Amino acid sequence: MSAIRCTGLVKRYGDVLAVAGLDLAVTAGECFGLLGPNGAGKTTTIEILEGLTPPDAGDVEVLGLHWTGGAETRALRERLGIQLQDTQLADKLTVEETVRLFASFYRSSHTVDEVLALVALEEKRRAWVGKLSGGQKQRLAVACALVSRPELLFLDEPTTGLDPQSRRQLWDVIGRFRAAGGTILLTTHYMEEAERLCDRVAIMDHGKIIALDAPGALIASLGAEHVVEFALADGAAPGVDELAALPGVRAVRPAPDRTALTVAEVHRAVPALLALLERRGAVLSLLATHHATLEDVFVTLTGRQLRDA
Amino acid sequence: MRDHPLAQLTLARMREFYREPEAIFWVFGFPIVLAFALGIAFRNRGPGELRVAVLRQAGDSALAAALAHAPGLAVAVLDSGTARLELRTGRVALLVVPGEHVVYRYDSTRTEGRLARLQVDDAVQRARGRADPVRVEDERVTEPGARYIDFLIPGLLGMNLMGSGLWGVGFSVVQARTKRLLKRYMATPMRRSHYLLSFVLSRLVFLFVEVAALVGFAWWIFDVGVRGSFGALTFITVLGALAFNGLGMLVASRARTIEAVSGLMNLVMLPMWILSGTFFSYARFPEAMQPFVRALPLTALNDALRAVMIDGSPVAQLGRPLAIVTAWGVASFVVALQIFRWR
Repeated sequence: MSAIRCTGLVKRYGDVLAVAGLDLAVTAGECFGLLGPNGAGKTTTIEILEGLTPPDAGDVEVLGLHWTGGAETRALRERLGIQLQDTQLADKLTVEETVRLFASFYRSSHTVDEVLALVALEEKRRAWVGKLSGGQKQRLAVACALVSRPELLFLDEPTTGLDPQSRRQLWDVIGRFRAAGGTILLTTHYMEEAERLCDRVAIMDHGKIIALDAPGALIASLGAEHVVEFALADGAAPGVDELAALPGVRAVRPAPDRTALTVAEVHRAVPALLALLERRGAVLSLLATHHATLEDVFVTLTGRQLRDA
Repeated sequence: MRDHPLAQLTLARMREFYREPEAIFWVFGFPIVLAFALGIAFRNRGPGELRVAVLRQAGDSALAAALAHAPGLAVAVLDSGTARLELRTGRVALLVVPGEHVVYRYDSTRTEGRLARLQVDDAVQRARGRADPVRVEDERVTEPGARYIDFLIPGLLGMNLMGSGLWGVGFSVVQARTKRLLKRYMATPMRRSHYLLSFVLSRLVFLFVEVAALVGFAWWIFDVGVRGSFGALTFITVLGALAFNGLGMLVASRARTIEAVSGLMNLVMLPMWILSGTFFSYARFPEAMQPFVRALPLTALNDALRAVMIDGSPVAQLGRPLAIVTAWGVASFVVALQIFRWR
């Protein structure tokens, strides 16, 4: 069963085509990620699905209902939990007052105690929102989304700007919701987050989905599991053709500061690379290998880095 | 039991207000400070004692003694040089030159001079043995409601209802819009009417404190009473508060930034501060402007408040000003709802 289904979504802001004909189906019970650089159209897409932005064209169906306004819209709102990217909750209210306010909007809701336990904010209950740290504010925003006992949770860049510890705490919150059978649609530009949380990921660029699959399958589509990066302190770098001819190398991506090789077999490619550089008298300033990530998938698909695309 | 969303929204409004010390001052403290300062500056003084002088020459002491007994006169015996200077600078209102003919030297274009002439002459003639043919008795009255402070307090009340009505709604709504909180509310099943009503309800709660503080202060310090019924006063202040809530909603309906809404607020309020007869009567403006001035909601509200507080009019006689206030409120609410930007 589909929790979300949309076809042919188009949204235009003046001359900018924010969403350029997008089809999507999110299955009930899965965590689905929209991954892409800033400006790819993730927020516009998620806000159309949330019924906050009307699309210029296309159909949206959420939990079998439509954003028709009136009773159907209200019924749908009762069943969703939504966290927006840049909401600032009222500074002068306490955590408890804020959660109670949001809870009062729903016919059935968690108690304040329950929802604060879900996001581990019990000891901040009487603190003013303005005094919370960034991570605590973000967990409160998720608490306000969870308070309605939603079937479907929308999270728009929930961990952007957070320190690693706060990010991990939020991942735990999302993981628990997922484990309890909830459906999640989240946007992110952190590949690590998408790999860790999502069952399936759609990679977005310029308002379109350019790849959609499970994170592991997307990475596997590179045909290589590892990435070898090197940079030279001295001497001319070997040519792209020369590098591509090395054993185990699938692709070569030269960049100004370093060269990246997508590699199937590190144990064969690295000795061959070192031998090649030795022959040319080049001196290494950097040599690193990592498992291929969604970032590498994005770079391979678009030729640009995810973070500065 | 489930909390009612309207109750929670109203509580949130009130908490945000009373946790902001500046807001408390501007709504409750400022009008009292203003009333106190203006009440002191323009308090009604009696004419006070008149200073008169007797020229130092033969016969001065007898005249000075006669004048010293007269009520309301302060007498000094001065040399001719000093006397001339003090008369010219108005420090004495009149100079008495003793002699066979007593001469009064004074400026007849000044009220004090003419007053001194009457009182001094009276004292001088009596000292020389004049008898009054008719017995008279003084009965002194001070009419309450005729003083400047009596005029000022209802005006300040009206101005405060306008200020807190407009700012209370305008600032909160636009702040919620810039912080994307309005959009966040739209993502819940919250009813829009509940959101807007919460402003009205929280306003009504504070309204009573606000009105009681100013009216109570004016009564305590300046003895400004309410001649009409408190029921009428309550009805009018509630109506005024609601009307300015509506106007605030209208001003805030589209603005995206605090700067934009502040400018709009001042644009709306500034003409009324000047024209609506808060600090001085709007009758001073030319006849051609009167229809416009009278159509302003604050003018109508001030008129109604003065009618109740000073003249003791019942609500039934205030149809015209109250209709103007109501019309402004209803029209503002209706238009605001049509054009309100909910995100």
